[in-house]
Amino acid sequence: MTTETKTNGKPSVNRIGLTSQDYRAGETTLCQGCGHNSITSQIIAAAYELSLAPHQVIKMSGIGCSSKTPAYFLGRSHGFNTLHGRMPSVTTGAILANRTLLAIGVSGDGDTGSIGLGQFKHMIRRNVPMVYIVENNGVYGLTKGQFSATADVGQTLKYAGTNVLPPIDICIEALAADCSFVARSFAGDARQVRELLKAAMSFNGTAVLDIISPCVTFNNHHDSTKSYDYGKAHEERLQDIQFIPRFEEVQVEYEEGAERVVQLHDGPIIKLRKLDRDYDPTNKWHAIELLEKARQNHEFITGLLYINTERQTLPETMHLPGTPLAYLPAEQLRPSRERFAQGMAEFM
Amino acid sequence: MSAIDTEVQTHPAGHTDSTPIVNDFSIVAATVNGSGSQTANNVLMRAIFNMGVPVSGKNLFPSNIQGLPTWYTIRVSKRGYTARRESTEILVAFNPRTADEDLAALPPGGVCLHPGDLKFGAPRSDVSFYPLPVRDLVKQSGADARLRDYIANMVYVGALAELLSIDMGEIKDALSRHFKGKPKPIDLNYGVVTAAAAWVRDHLPKTDPYRVAPMDRTSGMILVDGNTAAAFGALMGGMTVCAWYPITPSTSLVDALTELAPILRADTDTETTTYAIVQAEDELAAAGMIVGAGWAGARAMTATSGPGLSLMNEFVGLAYFAEAPCVIWDVQRMGPSTGLPTRVSQGDVLSAYYMGHGDTRHVVLFPGSMTECYEFGYQAFDLADRLQTPVLVLSDLDLGMNNWMSEPFTYPETPLDRGKVLTADELDQIKGWGRYKDLDGDGIAYRTLPGNPNPKAAYLARGTGHNEYAVYSERPGDWQRNMDRLARKHETARTLVPAPVVIERDDATIGIIAYGSTDPAIREACDVLHDRGISASYLRIRALPLETTLRTFLAKYERVYVVEMNQDGQMAQLVQLHAPEAAARVRSVRICDGMPLSAQFVVEQIQQIEA
Repeated sequence: MTTETKTNGKPSVNRIGLTSQDYRAGETTLCQGCGHNSITSQIIAAAYELSLAPHQVIKMSGIGCSSKTPAYFLGRSHGFNTLHGRMPSVTTGAILANRTLLAIGVSGDGDTGSIGLGQFKHMIRRNVPMVYIVENNGVYGLTKGQFSATADVGQTLKYAGTNVLPPIDICIEALAADCSFVARSFAGDARQVRELLKAAMSFNGTAVLDIISPCVTFNNHHDSTKSYDYGKAHEERLQDIQFIPRFEEVQVEYEEGAERVVQLHDGPIIKLRKLDRDYDPTNKWHAIELLEKARQNHEFITGLLYINTERQTLPETMHLPGTPLAYLPAEQLRPSRERFAQGMAEFM
Repeated sequence: MSAIDTEVQTHPAGHTDSTPIVNDFSIVAATVNGSGSQTANNVLMRAIFNMGVPVSGKNLFPSNIQGLPTWYTIRVSKRGYTARRESTEILVAFNPRTADEDLAALPPGGVCLHPGDLKFGAPRSDVSFYPLPVRDLVKQSGADARLRDYIANMVYVGALAELLSIDMGEIKDALSRHFKGKPKPIDLNYGVVTAAAAWVRDHLPKTDPYRVAPMDRTSGMILVDGNTAAAFGALMGGMTVCAWYPITPSTSLVDALTELAPILRADTDTETTTYAIVQAEDELAAAGMIVGAGWAGARAMTATSGPGLSLMNEFVGLAYFAEAPCVIWDVQRMGPSTGLPTRVSQGDVLSAYYMGHGDTRHVVLFPGSMTECYEFGYQAFDLADRLQTPVLVLSDLDLGMNNWMSEPFTYPETPLDRGKVLTADELDQIKGWGRYKDLDGDGIAYRTLPGNPNPKAAYLARGTGHNEYAVYSERPGDWQRNMDRLARKHETARTLVPAPVVIERDDATIGIIAYGSTDPAIREACDVLHDRGISASYLRIRALPLETTLRTFLAKYERVYVVEMNQDGQMAQLVQLHAPEAAARVRSVRICDGMPLSAQFVVEQIQQIEA
């Protein structure tokens, strides 16, 4: 990386002088080999590479294995491990209080697809600026192996038997709610996860990342569609994704026809190199069609499915001031005696 | 509306030749919901108020948009009593479906104004009837057909003005205020008022004794409802985030916020706001938003009522345990369940105090007047920030939605108190900081806000077990220590919450304890009891946790009556728990019928036991 400087035996630091160690936190208590741990590593890597100021980040989560992970990354950032399925509302409140914060939310398939589906959709509807990661393994881990709403039909689990209900597709739900950044990835595809995370962290709006993240204890058997083996064998990348931050003052070159670029707010660029399909990620209809077909044909398609840089975010639609509401001085919070008198005049 | 025929004050029966009864009676307007009678009732009430005569209005309305019966009572009281009375002397019988029942409820000597074409099933000889040509008067006004139902109500305004000697100038001023100075509706409505008054003058001799005469008991005062007062107070208290979901009777609190916020708090230079008001998808989300906002440093609030409060239960437990400040206004209505959505209750006392599972106790405030709705509006934020915990304000439908006379509000005397929040520099100077560490012995730890650049500032708030440094812990000692500290914090809260208001009588033999909107009824009851030889001191609780004033009060009297509007005597239970030594002397007087408390009920209940 060009962002790193390496000097005689000293650890590398990023643009704000922090080491990658500074982006770590407590040791994971999840199972060894859990997909969530690889995602945690990529969050640390992405934050380090983007030189995020840790104090400007908040880590948000609901309840479940995935929701434990904010304790394992960015130890210098505030965080809130909230209630099951309710992280979107708490994050909405936190962002209203302080719009300058970068919110990174981690959820799971139960937390988002079942108990939290309502809040998930309304967060997107409001376009709360945040990264919303779903660590999707199709199974409830902490309660020991029940199906979640994202499990495919016909899947079997040791105690839960065979799943007979169709899966909820997190990405289709996000698109239906008019999400302006929708991506799917695979915990086993570290580079794609990292590049998507960097793009999502740089995006102004709700960015949903549905990351298939195998549960090694309950749902990693041979015929599971959420297993490492299945993912490795079936993942079909839509594009080769490269995130180019804005502090790299290089001319971004791209190959007409084979590559497309998406410029984000404030300058960073997502470069997408075409693979097997010709795909336009700015067309929502195409995204929904692609996902519906993939659901029918049992395809595992990853990549940036949809992006729209035009939608206003919640702080913008609310006309919030640039200064966070939480940091407004007392004289802006308590009306003056003149304002008070104007208010009282309404009743006289 | 059924009424009890015994009265606290009885008026002489018969109509002619009796001495005039001035400024001491009640009016009930029985109309059809959605017919626009609120305008007529508000105009009457304000006109009487502007004549300097103490007045109160209670809207007894159905859970319905249009068509069901509704009653509006206006009490005129030269002595300044504002509680609901059990019966009313003057009936405006404008709803044919309830007219017979309404007429039957009138006391002897009562008055009945009604449309001339309305026929009663059982006419009474001891009531003065005033039939009014409503249809003709409306027709003569030339009003558009769409508006005729609405302005029909102005006929009873005009007739009452004439019969009771209500100042026509004040009626016009009240109409002008209501229609914000727009000449067209003012002229149309006032035209009907004057035509009706003239018709009554020309055709109906006055046969009843009731009259309004100017006084000087309301000058400088305002008429306001508690939800508006609360909104005003919240904006004075620096509210920055309000997340809410519509529910009667709290919705008008947020309506008032939305209306007053631009006047009080908009930044006119930059066209930005200094607040965010968000209609959430449900009360769970509303609660989540204020918890997140409070954690991140906002002054966050919501307004709700019983069913909404139930949905906020889990979040309030989280906020208590993660120690995030927020303010919840519960404008109480009658439950359980959907219950009586448009009727008053004090039924959420216990559920609010103990909200959440496990061991939780909360700070709960009970405003008892418009001034307190206003003051608690900002004080609740100071308490929430100081104690880093949810603060619940239990108002009710009567306080929140009815118009009350009040002294004008005053500018807050003390500055905003944001509590123990550490800046980056302060954090460097403080020794041994941990987010949940009790450095001062008051149970309140120091917090940092997201965005604090000090590398030591960050912590992960959580509902799971944690040690003093906010690190996940299942150690028995850590859990116990944290719960002990939260209990200590509750003891600190006891010393910070508003103390009770005590009105002692030197010759008192009994005590009365009450809270919230029942205050006017209790004060009146104390006077009536005193006249009847029972002298009572009165303590009005203003907050939970309960504190020492209450204990001292309880020790003084052989019998102490806890009066409240719920089925189980919820506050009586808390009083007994708080002062077990006095438990046997506590008597619960409670009513759970959805109506605002009357003095008569209190007097009868206490007299019965004291006799």
